[in-house]
Amino acid sequence: MTAEKRIQIECLRYHPEQDKEPRLQTYDVPYTDDMSLLQGLQYIKDHIDGSLTFRWSCRMAICGSCGVMINGVPSLGCHTFLRDLGPGPVRVEPLTHFPIQRDLAIDQTDFLRKLESVKPWIINEKPKKPSDGANRQTPLQIDDYYQFSECINCLLCYAACPQYGLNPEFTGPAALTLLHRYNADSRDEGTSERMAVINGENGVWGCTLVSYCSEVCPKGVDPARAINQNKINSTKDYFLRFVAPRGGSKG
Amino acid sequence: MTARNTYKRPMTNWWKRLPFYTRYLWREATCFAVIAYALVLLTGLWRFTQGQEAFNAWRAALSSSPSLLLHTVILWGFIFHSWTWFEVMPKTIPFVRMGGKRVPDAVIVRGGVVAALGATVVVLGLAYWALK
Repeated sequence: MTAEKRIQIECLRYHPEQDKEPRLQTYDVPYTDDMSLLQGLQYIKDHIDGSLTFRWSCRMAICGSCGVMINGVPSLGCHTFLRDLGPGPVRVEPLTHFPIQRDLAIDQTDFLRKLESVKPWIINEKPKKPSDGANRQTPLQIDDYYQFSECINCLLCYAACPQYGLNPEFTGPAALTLLHRYNADSRDEGTSERMAVINGENGVWGCTLVSYCSEVCPKGVDPARAINQNKINSTKDYFLRFVAPRGGSKG
Repeated sequence: MTARNTYKRPMTNWWKRLPFYTRYLWREATCFAVIAYALVLLTGLWRFTQGQEAFNAWRAALSSSPSLLLHTVILWGFIFHSWTWFEVMPKTIPFVRMGGKRVPDAVIVRGGVVAALGATVVVLGLAYWALK
């Protein structure tokens, strides 16, 4: 029988009613090679300290709930193996650039407001009825938006984006990517309704192409690409205004 | 709903947190190399308008040690600027497709670098031809 392996996990703790600022707490956790960091946190909660707060749900990189900073890098807890981090210490913090609600849980309100602002649904002048038949698309039309539709709203890209950290009003990577996902969809007719967000002070021009968002994305969405393709669209829209007064926008 | 007593962490020294951010700032800083070389060339043009003697003095100043050091720094700035510029170029353009398939980013990056090298060779060739 092999000796039990152990890892030191340093968690950032913050209790909103007791702490003025966050503090670090270290836990000594036994682990096996098939355990994820999320399972390490669950071990702490179940066996060492039941007060440790963190979000999780699917434990297989689909739900996007367990995003944390692992040694300063935005990562999904369920997508990172303890065997790659041992013997530690490994530092686990809540996603940076967001307000900490408690321990490893952040306040996502700001993102949810932004997500709603980009109208992430298919908009049609005259909504189709089931009797109109299927909305057919060619493989190339699907390819135009498919990778952008893989976003799971895990917010790792916001934690990777220094522009969002410096200016929290910036619409940010995931919301702008989902905006592009619908604009690039051949079934959608809502581009003109979304141009105000693209062109605005906190739209795509707030991005300086640091592109770390694309590095940390666990689903290969490439938010930097979605945002920067819309700098071209925003420029076209600007010059189109000289020809057609309202350009491509209704806003 | 009760007001949340959340904690917002500061952005102090954010560029030192990860090598990726530091490299990004170096990439942005290379624009100063581009500005510096534009100023060197504009000075040459300005001295040219002042007559042959002034222009020759500018050319002589170019071969001084501080000037050679400055040019070495500018050259490295330009190389890093070009490399990192082409590195992010695929993200700034719509999908490029050939025969119905997406052209991989690496091919676009390599294409940009080869074009930059080609342009450099042409400019150097023209300069050699004009000066010989």
